[in-house]
Parts: sequence; structure tokens; C-alpha cells
Amino acid sequence: MSYFIDRRPNARNKSAVNRQRFLKRYRAHIKRAVEESVNRRSITDMERGEKVSIPSRDISEPSFQHGPGGRRTIVSPGNKQFAEGDRLRRPSGGAGGGGSGEGQASNQGEGVDEFVFTLSREEFLDFVFDGLALPHLERKQLRVLEETRPVRAGISREGVPARINIVRSMREAQARRIGMRAPLKRALREAQEALAEEERQDPVLRNPARIDELKSEIERLEKRISSIPFLDTYDLRYNHLTRQPMPSNQAVMFCVMDVSGSMTQAHKDIGKRFFLLLYLFLERNYEKVELVFVRHHTVAKEVDEEEFFYSRETGGTIVSSALTLVDRIIEARYSPEQWNLYVAQASDGDNWDDDSATCLKLLDESLMAKLQYFTYVEITPHAHQALWDAYATIKTAYPERFAMEQIVQAEDIYPVFRELFRQRTES
Amino acid sequence: MTRRKPIATGSDWNFETLERYEQAIAELAREYRLDTYPNQIEIITSEQMMDAYASVGMPVGYHHWSFGKQFLSVEQAYRRGQMGLAYELVINSDPCIAYLMEENSLMMQVLVIAHACYGHNSFFKGNYLFQTWTDASAIVDYLVFARKYVAQCEERHGVEAVEQLLDACHALQNYGVDRYKRPSPISAEAEARRQEEREAYLQTQVNTLWSTIPERAAPLADHLLPDSENDPLGLHRHGRYPSEPQENLLYFLEKNAPLLEPWQREIVRIVRKLAQYFYPQRQTQVMNEGWATFWHYTLMNRLYDDGLIDEGLMLEFLQSHTSVVSQPDYDSPYFGGINPYALGFAMFSDIQRICQAPTHEDREWFPDIAGSDWLDTLHFAMHNFKDESFIQQFLSPKVIRDLKLFSLVDDDRDDSLQIEAIHDDRGYRRIREALSVQYALSAREPNIQVWEADIRGDRSLTLRHVQDRRRPLGQSLFPVLRHLHQLWGFPVKLESIENGDTVRRYQWPIPESGRESA
Repeated sequence: MSYFIDRRPNARNKSAVNRQRFLKRYRAHIKRAVEESVNRRSITDMERGEKVSIPSRDISEPSFQHGPGGRRTIVSPGNKQFAEGDRLRRPSGGAGGGGSGEGQASNQGEGVDEFVFTLSREEFLDFVFDGLALPHLERKQLRVLEETRPVRAGISREGVPARINIVRSMREAQARRIGMRAPLKRALREAQEALAEEERQDPVLRNPARIDELKSEIERLEKRISSIPFLDTYDLRYNHLTRQPMPSNQAVMFCVMDVSGSMTQAHKDIGKRFFLLLYLFLERNYEKVELVFVRHHTVAKEVDEEEFFYSRETGGTIVSSALTLVDRIIEARYSPEQWNLYVAQASDGDNWDDDSATCLKLLDESLMAKLQYFTYVEITPHAHQALWDAYATIKTAYPERFAMEQIVQAEDIYPVFRELFRQRTES
Repeated sequence: MTRRKPIATGSDWNFETLERYEQAIAELAREYRLDTYPNQIEIITSEQMMDAYASVGMPVGYHHWSFGKQFLSVEQAYRRGQMGLAYELVINSDPCIAYLMEENSLMMQVLVIAHACYGHNSFFKGNYLFQTWTDASAIVDYLVFARKYVAQCEERHGVEAVEQLLDACHALQNYGVDRYKRPSPISAEAEARRQEEREAYLQTQVNTLWSTIPERAAPLADHLLPDSENDPLGLHRHGRYPSEPQENLLYFLEKNAPLLEPWQREIVRIVRKLAQYFYPQRQTQVMNEGWATFWHYTLMNRLYDDGLIDEGLMLEFLQSHTSVVSQPDYDSPYFGGINPYALGFAMFSDIQRICQAPTHEDREWFPDIAGSDWLDTLHFAMHNFKDESFIQQFLSPKVIRDLKLFSLVDDDRDDSLQIEAIHDDRGYRRIREALSVQYALSAREPNIQVWEADIRGDRSLTLRHVQDRRRPLGQSLFPVLRHLHQLWGFPVKLESIENGDTVRRYQWPIPESGRESA
């Protein structure tokens, strides 16, 4: 007897837990591979998974086995030239084409085999961002925000007719009616009983005055009962709404880059990778992330991504021009009440001398108050110049929200990024 | 010529055609007396197939990183296109579960039904090892029980603690089987019922064993009194403990390790029970694959002869079959040892030939079976052997010649290798002997047994490795000892003995230098 079952609609990924356990166990290996890969990759590649290899030796599950040595007999197929008693040189280690004796030996885990597997894109990004956190992610929520939304907050006695809660109002009315009628009904019943008793008596003994009295009493009570209103303004209940501040789920990232002659394509590539990391990172934390590209030499300009990364100008550098532009764009389009604002700046640190003081002033007096985080990476192998010193002052003033690091070569990007965004423990 | 009326043409399948093919094959299988468990044939996606592969084909299993590793490597191989055939995913259970991948062509589906649902299935039901060692009706329930139990332990004691314990058990699982004693069948229901009872009982046993007071520490309930029947381990006879060497390391640890918690003993037991379940599979690779391959070949040919499949499907089948039974030569870059499908198929086909058309040589070598009823003989061979004895009994000179088998001696005292025997008159018996040994688990795995637990001294555990032909233990020895030490809780020693002499001693933890181990 046989039967077929279509299991295709069933859950796949039965091994997901085992897979996660494996990744967790070899975390250190995988992290290293991911780090190398982030540095090596071109930008468009970022969205793929990654191939990771771990030396088989590190991953093997040991068991009792025979080691090389001793005397063993091996039966193999495909003899072409051997005759009984032939002696042959022992193949010297490793190289392919060895006999089966060789195969035996490499089972002992001496080989340099690699265990290779592929991380999915999600797993890859998890590792990329592992241990990173956005600084002050919750800051927006603590602040008093203008943006609010109405939230239900129970029932109230006052309100506008549009918010009448009918069910609750009717319930109140019914309770009131029951409460108000009860004593009247009791009195009515008593009067009716008294009247009935009076009327049952012998006509001679009847007290007509009493009967009239009771009858009018009954009439009065019935009138009062029927006059209890079905619905009173007193019964009305309204849905109460309060306004609750709404945390913002959107972020904007300003990419600011110096495109003056001293910034080579290599510098910009480094900057690009840095921005890309930051973008992927923001994308994971906010529902909506917008990008603004600002490039500058002596004057600043908002451009599209293409122009941002591939244009090159000559001339001097005035960093403050870019900061001013950022500030203006914020004023015009991105209210700090509604947006989480990030600025990432990449530069080789070259700036006009007196401009660095202007930058300091701009940041301190205007920009820093609006930003979640400002990161500055200086891509240069040289000694720092005035801009770095000016920024260092800001860093002292805003240690929690300002970060700066130097990048000399591509390999530094990822460690620097991690340093800038490392998870800070609340002190 | 038969007029062809194929059940279906082309390479697309649907449930109706599969059912009709299955019925046709079932009818033929009856004719060939293939006795099977009912088949539960499941159509799954390739992802589900990878999941199934990762858990050694079992439909449920406890969680462990090593299954994740397995999954990742299967996935990698599949993506690179190295793994095509999902031939043999069939579970020794009642009903017998076989998987068909939805991506398979019609031919592959029919082939898998023949191979798995009638080949492997009848082997599971018929072969004496499986009959003795496994209870097909209980395995799936037991797996569910094991999974639940392990998950509970993870909740209570933490994932890490359980993982370490499983790592240690896995390292010893090949030594978690009784080779000669028939095990009690595993049943989930009884397990669950008896589990608590066992916990308490086991602990009292262990407590008695390790009580430092010479007499019994506390009065035991009557049924726990260690009389000779209740004292199979010989706790109360003086002398070496255990009095006999114990081959089942995990069993010994489960019953005797001083420091294990009851739940840890239960997990040791679970790994041991599952190792026991897989033990027959490890001993019947050549036979099992050979049998299934022989029957898919025979059944497919019959379907063709009966006109139920068309030429196209048959050609596709032959191509697939040929690649399955191909045996690269020892010097080919594709050589990966002897292909069990090739060897097994060659041998079962050869038995059929010896019965149907015996040569002079066959009559000399196989007087009992030459010319006998082939189906009787084939069933007899399938029922009563394991790889080792099957080869010993049935490997014929013709198969040795066809495969051009030769045997080579690799002796580390000799600076060259020697060809001991080739496929000629003088070599047949020696090759047959050597190949049989090559498939004997007892020769493939080092012979290691529990020799002594020092219950009156430092509580160290001593294992004995009976070394054979001077073959030493491999490098993974120390990691295994470390795991063993974790389970035992006290120092672990291992002695390699050859011809009565101790040739090597190992110990874990490694004694500090300058301080010799006692």
C-alpha cells in the first residue's frame, strides 16, 4: 500500500535553527570573513550574501579513528599494469593522483581543506551590523514633538456630539431608569395592593374616601413613572481622545564631501563605502531614509549621487560653505521635529585657515542642536590640519553626538565605521 | 514487439501519472516478492530536500549546530550543482517515508519510486540486521520524543550546556552501540513513561557505585537491591570494575559516570539509541545501495518491456543509471574510493547471472547457488548478510575481473608499497578477503573498550585500544578524550595494546610536565 503526500506547502527552513546555531558557534570566523569582504567589495555588491570559508580542522567533529602508519591493505579498482608482487614508490604527500593510501591519510584531518558555505544577504548584513547601534536612537521620542496624533483615552462626560459613545450612553440611561423607577414602582405596587384589599371588603365597610385617595395616588405614580425620560443629557458619554506626541520614523542623511582637486577618486571611493555603510545602517533602523548629497570646494552645491561621486573640481576648499548649505536645506525641507538628521562628512582635511573657525561656530551655534549625529572621517595619511582641531573642540562639547576618525586606506573603513557606531552603554 | 502504451510521455509529471506508475511498479514488485512496509511518498521542494539531508534524512530531530553545518554544506554542493540525484532519501520507518523532489523529471520520479520505495524499503524490512536492531514503527515517535526532551533541557539548563553535552556524545556515538547484544526496541511511549522512573533508579545505582563508604550507604528498596541479577555490572564483586570490558562507551557512561545529572544521562541515552538505530545502515551500505539499484534497474526494464514507458524515458533512465553505477579507476581524478552503488549492483547482478547462466568457474566457486532459482538466492543474500559477510560469500572472480580489483599493502616499515594480489587466479581469494575486511566496521574503526573505572581510587577511567597491525590512533584522539573527560568528570586514560603489550598511553587532562602520571 502506498500513498502520496504533497508536502510542498509545508514549512521549509526546518534547519533554520540548526543553521543559526552553526553561525553563532563560528561567529568569530564568520565575522572576520565578513569584515574582509566589506572592504573588498564594490558598492553594488553590498546586497549579496557572502561566501565564507572556515578551515575544516576548526570545524571537524572528532571521533576515534586510525591514524597513518602501521600495516594496512587497500583494495582498489581499475588495475591496468600491476602484477602480483610489484613494488611501487610510496607517493610523497599531498599532490593529486595519489593512490588510495593517500585518501586514507587525508581523512585524518591533516589536510588544509576548507569548509565553504554561503551566508544569505540577511545573515551577511546581520554580521556587518553586528554590535552596532545608532547613537541616541530614542532621543527623538523623549523630546517634545509638535507632531501628534489623537489616541483614545477612555470615556468622558463631556464632548462633541460626533464622539458620543452610543453603547455607553444607553447603558448609563438604562441604569438611571432602573434606579429612578424602582422606588416609584414599589410605591405603586403597594398602593395597588391596598386598593385591591379595600375593594375586596364588604361594601358596607368600604371607605370610599380611602379608595379615592389610593386611586389618585396610583394615577400620580403612573404619571411619574412614565415621565422618567428615556435618555437624559446626564446619560450621555463621549469617547475621549488625547493627543500623543508621535515619534518620527524617518531619517535623512546628508553626505557631505569635499571634491576639490586634492580629493582623488580613491579618496572618494573610500568616502563612498563609508556613506554606503551608513546608509544601509540607517535603512535598517528607520522606515524611510532620504539621502542628500552635498559636495563642495569653495562653494557648495546639492547634487545627485552620480555627480557626487564622480565629479571632480579644482580649486580651494571652504568647508563652511557645505555646512551652511546643509543648514539651509534643513530649514527648508527637513524639520528636526519630524526628521532624524544625520550628517556624514568625508574630506581630506584641507581647508582654508580662517574657515575652520567659521565651521566651528556654525556647528556649535546652529547645526548640532538639530542633528542626531555628525560623523566626520578624514581620509588622509597626513598630519591633521586646522579643521581637525576645530572639530576636536566640537567633539569635546558634544561627545555623545559628534564623532571623528581618520581613514588612511580602504581597510580602515569598516573598523572606523564600527568605532563610530559602536554600541554605547548608557552611563 | 510489444505494442507500447506508455502511462505517460514527456518529462512532466502529475500526481495521477505518478500514482499509476507506482501501481505498476507495486504489481511487478509483488511478482518479485519484494516485501515492503507501506510507502508514504512525499513530494517536497528542493529546499525541503536540503533540510531533510541535513537531518540525516530524518523528518524530525533535535537541534544542534552540526546539523546546521551539514545543511550549509549540502546547500553549497547543491548550488554548485554537485549534488543532483536525490535518490536515496528514504527513511527506515513504518510506513517507509520516501521523498520525491518536485523539480525531478517524470523519469526521476519513477526511478526514485522503484529505487527507494521498493528497493530500500524491502531491504529495511527484510535484512536481518534491520530486523534485529531497529523498530521501524517506533523511530519517528522516538525522534519526536528526543526533540522535545532536548528542547526542554535547553530551556532549563541553557542551550550551551546542552550543546556541549551533545558534542561530547556525538564524538563517541560510534561507540554507543552494542555489537552483539540485541537492544530493546525503542518506543517513544514507553520512553516517556519510564523516563522519570529511570532517572531515579539510575541515580541510586550510580550513588551506590560511588559511595565512599564500603558498605551500602543507605538501605535500598527491595527491588533495587543489587543481587546478582540486578547487578549486571558486578558492582559488588570485588576486583576490576567493570569485570568485563565494555564495548558500549555511551552505555557505560550513562550508567556509571559519577557526576552526570539525570537529564544528562537521558541525553546520553538519546544519542546512544539513535546511534544504535543507524548502526545497521553503516554496515550494509554496499548491500543496501546495491539491492536498491539492482531493483530499480530490473523494474525499469520490466516497465519498458511491458510497454509502460517509452523509449525517451528509457534512454534518460539508462543515462542516469550508468552514471550512478560508474566506478572511476584508482588513478582517475574522479576516484573517491569504491562506489557502493557500483559494487553492490555488480554483485547482485552477478548473483542473478550465476543462477541463470553459470559458467564452469561459477560452478566451482559457488556450487550451492550456481543454477539455483535466482530470485530465491537473491532474497536469501539480501536477508542474511551484512557488507562484510556478503562480500566474503558472494564476490565472484568475474566481478573482481570486471572491476579490475587489486590489493595493495601499505606498511610503514617498508619503504615501498606492495601489490599483494590482482584479479587473477591466485589473487581472487585474497582480494575477496581483503575487501571484506575493508568493509568490516571492526577493522574500519579502532577497537576501543572501557577497561577499568577506578572506583576505589582516583575515579579515573581507563580505556583499552586493541591495536591491530600497528595502526595507531589518529590525531582526533585528544579532542575525543577531552569530550570523554567532560562526560566522566575525572581523568581519562587510554592504553593501546598490541599482542599483549602496552605500546602507548594517553591521558586527559595531560599531566603537567615533570609529574608522571601514576
